[in-house]
Amino acid sequence: MSVEALAPLASPGPVDRVPVLSMRGISKSFGKVQALDDIHLDIFAGEVVAIVGDNGAGKSTLVKILAGVHPADEGEIEFEGQAVQIPDPSTSRALGIATVFQDLALCDNLDVVANLFLGREIAGVALDEEEMEKDAWELLRQLSARIPSVRVPIAALSGGQRQTVAIARSLIGDPRVVILDEPTAALGVAQTAEVLNLIERLRERGHGVVLISHNMADVQAVADRIIVLRLGRNNGDFLASEVGYEDIIAAITGATEHARPLPDPPYRGPRRIGPVA
Amino acid sequence: MHPESARSRAAALVDEVRTRLTGNLGSLPVVVGLVIIWAAFQVMNPSFLSADNLVNLTLQCAAGGTIAIGVVLVLLLGQIDLSVGSVSGLAAAILGVGLTQLGWPLVVAILAALAAGAAIGLLYGLLFTRFGVPSFIITLAGLLGVLGLQLKVLGPNGSINLPADSPLVLFATSWFLPPWVAYLLSAFWAGGMFTAAVLRRRRRLRAGLTISPLGWQAAKAGGLLVLCVLAASYLATNRGVGVMFVFFIVLVIVMDVVLTRTRWGREVYAVGGSVEAARRAGIRVGRVYISVFVLCSTFAVVGGLLAAGRLMSVNLNSGAGDTNLNAIAAAVIGGTSLFGGRGSAWSALLGITVIQSISNGLTLLNLDSSIRYMITGGVLLLAVIIDSLSRRSRAAHGQA
Ligand SMILES: Nc1ncnc2c1ncn2[C@@H]1O[C@H](COP(=O)(O)OP(=O)(O)OP(=O)(O)O)[C@@H](O)[C@H]1O
Ligand SMILES: [Mg+2]
Repeated sequence: MSVEALAPLASPGPVDRVPVLSMRGISKSFGKVQALDDIHLDIFAGEVVAIVGDNGAGKSTLVKILAGVHPADEGEIEFEGQAVQIPDPSTSRALGIATVFQDLALCDNLDVVANLFLGREIAGVALDEEEMEKDAWELLRQLSARIPSVRVPIAALSGGQRQTVAIARSLIGDPRVVILDEPTAALGVAQTAEVLNLIERLRERGHGVVLISHNMADVQAVADRIIVLRLGRNNGDFLASEVGYEDIIAAITGATEHARPLPDPPYRGPRRIGPVA
Repeated sequence: MHPESARSRAAALVDEVRTRLTGNLGSLPVVVGLVIIWAAFQVMNPSFLSADNLVNLTLQCAAGGTIAIGVVLVLLLGQIDLSVGSVSGLAAAILGVGLTQLGWPLVVAILAALAAGAAIGLLYGLLFTRFGVPSFIITLAGLLGVLGLQLKVLGPNGSINLPADSPLVLFATSWFLPPWVAYLLSAFWAGGMFTAAVLRRRRRLRAGLTISPLGWQAAKAGGLLVLCVLAASYLATNRGVGVMFVFFIVLVIVMDVVLTRTRWGREVYAVGGSVEAARRAGIRVGRVYISVFVLCSTFAVVGGLLAAGRLMSVNLNSGAGDTNLNAIAAAVIGGTSLFGGRGSAWSALLGITVIQSISNGLTLLNLDSSIRYMITGGVLLLAVIIDSLSRRSRAAHGQA
């Protein structure tokens, strides 16, 4: 099940005009802190959307709402055109949303295989350790991960290796949307390139990818669309090919104000995103 | 043989030995400690290692050890159950009153006790998951509440003798395996272990994974067989291997398999390692907590019934005194971490053997219980210190 996640897509098919995932007027506060305020967001299949913003802008909170970690206070979430509730993480995963959290959320005491398959173990009556170990190797090999053994506890891995495991885990179960919250923050140059490469492969396969990053070089390297959050509000929705570095920085710091897209966005589908085959 | 494969085999063997030496250090200090304790008592009193005394020791271990299995489970979640002693006492009271005053058949009395235990565990689990009250407090309240329940069930007369011909009493005091059955069971166990290893090896080979040398597995199974047969034949010079002790060992083995080979077991370790990670992975964390609290109380009930059977009586003191702390100490001494996520069902067996050996040895030396309590307390403290130190050293080596 897992390993096909990276196989080349047989035929891209007609571009789906309905967003895979959209958020309408999402708000969330923690006590007096308004982490998200009336956020609108669309994610289409086969595009990479980067979400950028300063520390505390609300990016991780947005991710956690989609992942079912926190419920939203207000607003609607649609998945493939259907209104959905995401009350808990298992619902999110069942919908086909895979999340790599900023705080990695791995179990230090369990080994790599156990972490990769946590919550979706291959099992009959008993766990099928051999099948899982085989798939784990296969998956890690495809990600060019440098992991000495899949039977060491996560605690014994370096930060970058853990990050790789967390990313690999999100691919198990062939999700529709993959959300990565600062996936390259802990990685070296080579591993970062791997991850960016991987993100492109996910897009080719028709996944919707959400990338959260503070690294503008990474964002401009892979993103099709860049969404800026500022103090919990939308502050810009740009096509990556049409926007310069300064414009994004200005939006992030608040030097420029951008109205969020109207509640019904002005377009109904990806506007010429990436090289169309 | 191809030189390449010979080299990789040699490398695999070296790897195996290395992981055995470093990875399995967990239980090694306890085993060494146990050997020292046994040697010391044997020097002080030559009847300590007599077959008669060792048979007693096995029977003394069964009840507390069974309770300790449940404690291992809650500790794996990083929680605690301080009320296992009271719950075991309540079980004994239900059994005694049911059998003698209400005229229930034994099976009904046992089922009633088990149901009561499961209900108590369920209550703990719900309190814990719904209100987030620390398990320490919930079960401290439970310790008192259930003790009250036990007194209530026992009523004014306070002490009940179980019929000496009750199967439970016979099971706990006078059923012993004939030597050939004991040998057969040993062979069955070692053979089963070896077969499982061979099958696993075959599956790994088919999946194209690295395999550990078969020689190691054969040595392990052979060692187990020799150990069991030697122990059984030595105990057979006296009464033999108690059926109740075998029952306890079987519970340990079953629980170990469930913990290491099933999805539920994996979830228990995951929740103990990081609740938030488990939750985000889609594990229904609440259910894991509830199931573990239920199991823990249920094991406490089983232990209480075994203790009642062995003592042939039920009274206000059933499950009181050191029952509680012995079970908890056993789990910790056996190597299950108080911090959650690390440990195994086997620590119940190892730990209770240490505790009961100390208690038994000191009794043989005619030392009174004041000293016994102090020494057991000291050993518990030592185990907890080792647990904390090893956690710290794991942190220092980046393996916390
Ligand atoms: N669990 C929580 N409880 C209370 N406040 C929270 C919680 N999580 C986030 N916040 C607050 O919500 C705001 C947004 O936080 P969030 O983690 O989403 O920021 P972020 O954009 O991911 O920042 P960074 O770039 O530093 O990761 C912050 O002001 C933070 O203090
Ligand atoms: Mg963040």
